[in-house]
Amino acid sequence: MKRYAIPFGIFAILLVFLGIGLRLKPQEVPSPFIGKPAPAFTLTRLEQADKTFSPQELRGKVWLLNVWASWCTSCRAEHPALVAFAKQVTVPIVGLNYMDAREDGSRWLDKLGNPYALSVFDSDGKVGTDYGVYGVPETFVIDRRGNIRLKLTGPVTPEIIKNTLLPLIRELDHA
Amino acid sequence: MRDRVATLLLWAALAPAAAQTADAALDRRVERVTAELRCLVCQNQTIADSHAELAVMLKRQVRDMLAHGASDRQAVDFMVQRYGDFVLYRPPVKAATWLLWFGPFALLLAGLALLFARLRARLREPDDDAFNEEFPA
Repeated sequence: MKRYAIPFGIFAILLVFLGIGLRLKPQEVPSPFIGKPAPAFTLTRLEQADKTFSPQELRGKVWLLNVWASWCTSCRAEHPALVAFAKQVTVPIVGLNYMDAREDGSRWLDKLGNPYALSVFDSDGKVGTDYGVYGVPETFVIDRRGNIRLKLTGPVTPEIIKNTLLPLIRELDHA
Repeated sequence: MRDRVATLLLWAALAPAAAQTADAALDRRVERVTAELRCLVCQNQTIADSHAELAVMLKRQVRDMLAHGASDRQAVDFMVQRYGDFVLYRPPVKAATWLLWFGPFALLLAGLALLFARLRARLREPDDDAFNEEFPA
């Protein structure tokens, strides 16, 4: 009986490691921006090319930056949740239209609904790179001081909104 | 006058060649820098190897930076600031990565220690009939 104890023990340990490995999400890379100032930029607005936007304009407000593109299928999956979310909250959601074409982006919003207070147009992805974007959609929560407090990679779901975004926004709004 | 024409002609002949060698040198640097960086979309590939859209764009950005006089170090730091240590194929040695860097050696030492302990124990009490059981003399 005793001679089986060691192999069995090793097997159990391997099983535990395998279990941990299955739960890891290597595609979720920790962002180096948490707690740091949101990178500054000035970009033209997607639907009003003659107007610009930069994050300083929202200093003193809690706001969200959502990176999206018309070519991004996960953005399409996320979109209904985002539209519903925009109706629930008063914080502005700014869209960063990433490596897209202006007409395609505008058409996408016309067709599927526009949850954004405004969208900015980042055609060459430079601003996206400054925010460490690597998989659209991505969502950043930015506090009144202009610091990034949360970064989500991948589609926002009703569960994430209920369990993560809404509590955080409430907390930041009253801080 | 003739000298000047000759110089001009020489220049015209040499300039593209000079540009080409400069380009090739830049290509090599871009290759060297991006081979150290992980593509975050296809995590087991370097940015140099990957054809993912993100990798292609980052390669272009690295190339721009180097062409505008940034050092290799600056280009790598640019990426680390944005994507974290995770983009480095050779993670820096710091408290958070000690286990990663030294864990395998610790395991190796533990294994060797165990092996030696066992061997020594076996030498001390040679077990004489273990072989004779199956091969009787």
